[in-house]
Amino acid sequence: MQSLSNKRKVVSDKKMTLAERIYLPAVFGGMWITFKHLFRKNNTLKYPEEQRVFAPVYRGMHVLKRDEEGRENCTACGLCAVACPAEAITMVAAEREPGEEHLYREEKYAESYEINMLRCIFCGLCEEACPKEAIFLTDRIVPTEFERDEFIYGKDMLVESLDHRIDITKRQHTGKRSAI
Amino acid sequence: MDTGLIIEKSLLVLAVFGITLLIATYLTYFERKVAAWLQDRIGPDRAGPFGILQPLADAGKMFFKEDFIPRNADKWLFILGPGIAMFTALMTGAVIPWGPNIEAFGRSISLQIADINIGILFIMGVLSIGVYGIMIGGWASNNKYSLFGAIRASSQMISYELAMGISVITIVMMTGSLSLRDIVDGQHGSFGMGWNVFYQPVCFLVFFITALAETNRAPFDLPECESELIGGYHTEYGSMKLGFFLFAEYINMFISSAVIAALFFGGYNFPGMDAFSGNTLAILGTLAFFGKIVFFIFVFMWIRWTLPRFRFDQLMHLGWKSLIPISLINLLITGLVIAFNEGWF
Repeated sequence: MQSLSNKRKVVSDKKMTLAERIYLPAVFGGMWITFKHLFRKNNTLKYPEEQRVFAPVYRGMHVLKRDEEGRENCTACGLCAVACPAEAITMVAAEREPGEEHLYREEKYAESYEINMLRCIFCGLCEEACPKEAIFLTDRIVPTEFERDEFIYGKDMLVESLDHRIDITKRQHTGKRSAI
Repeated sequence: MDTGLIIEKSLLVLAVFGITLLIATYLTYFERKVAAWLQDRIGPDRAGPFGILQPLADAGKMFFKEDFIPRNADKWLFILGPGIAMFTALMTGAVIPWGPNIEAFGRSISLQIADINIGILFIMGVLSIGVYGIMIGGWASNNKYSLFGAIRASSQMISYELAMGISVITIVMMTGSLSLRDIVDGQHGSFGMGWNVFYQPVCFLVFFITALAETNRAPFDLPECESELIGGYHTEYGSMKLGFFLFAEYINMFISSAVIAALFFGGYNFPGMDAFSGNTLAILGTLAFFGKIVFFIFVFMWIRWTLPRFRFDQLMHLGWKSLIPISLINLLITGLVIAFNEGWF
């Protein structure tokens, strides 16, 4: 069989040599290795104070985008829920009433939209499935909670607020709409 | 009896007791720091500056845990186990000469609680009682893992105490005394460098390995190996009783380092010590002794975070088939050399 890497090592139960049997060369070798690590730079990141720099396309907490006029993009078509391999997304659709045109972009909107962050595997398929550029994964981290039900994020957590827009230009591949 | 002597010895007992506990407390912190450094990490740094209050936080946690005794455990033995472990660990500090004599209040104060003429024998004896704490604790828990740990501890103790005893005899033969004070003074040499390790490197190696085994430190921590015995003899222990077992291990490590430093590395002798005298010498000597102790403690930890645990058969092979023959041959050669020097041939 062809080996996958050149690291293959043939194992045999040959008799140990004298140097191997008295352990000491191996012991001192090991101690030398750990001693060198004493002077090596540590890799620890003191998390709350320092934060890791994320890759531009990092997939973290979701955002439901609004368009330029502040209307919700989502039309509750359900494609994200279908695409979701973890079945983390549920939604209830509703019809836009007259006078709500400034709130929702199209005639149909999501009355409730929930993502279970414990089920979500942050694969980004919902974002790929979305025909309206409504859902995006961002570089924000889902914070920890003490109760399971607090991880089910509704629209209050997901939809971006009007005065605090979330920048998703880094993840916007198509460029069909402007960033805001 | 002399009142001054009583006061002096009581103060010394209190000081040694306090210093031992303090050092053992901070060894837990130091161990975690050394582990972190050797693994490219930072280690505890949250409690206080550089995490130096970490031991207090650990102790606070230990005290507030539920003090649990299993229903089928032997209650008295269960409590007695950690007590014995702690008691024997603290007892050995009594015969160690911490430094040269101090001249104060018109008297010469010895920095050794009791200079008994069988000092090293006392330490060996008390150390071997220490295993009773582990055995009784493991037996009283009424748990098969604890019992396995206890059995392993006792068999390990029997196997390694022999080699340790023989290497101590070698040193005693060279010095001609069992008193630790005499052994340390005998290593003064020409400029404070007549350390036994230069004359007896093999003996030192055997003693060091057996000391690792006696203190149940890795790679000889079979009595408490987490992966096989889920904690071994202290599986059923919690709260401060567990704390006592762990604490006793750190005190043992401190005392073992002190004994190694005293037997092989000249105790409070240091190069260039003849230039000083009186109290300056006493203070410098004590500092030198503690420096050596800290170095050996570091080596103990260094080894722990380097080597994997021995298999049980490897442990027994090493003890009975390697260390005991090596130390016996070393003893024989030492005896022959001493006899030759005395002009027997």
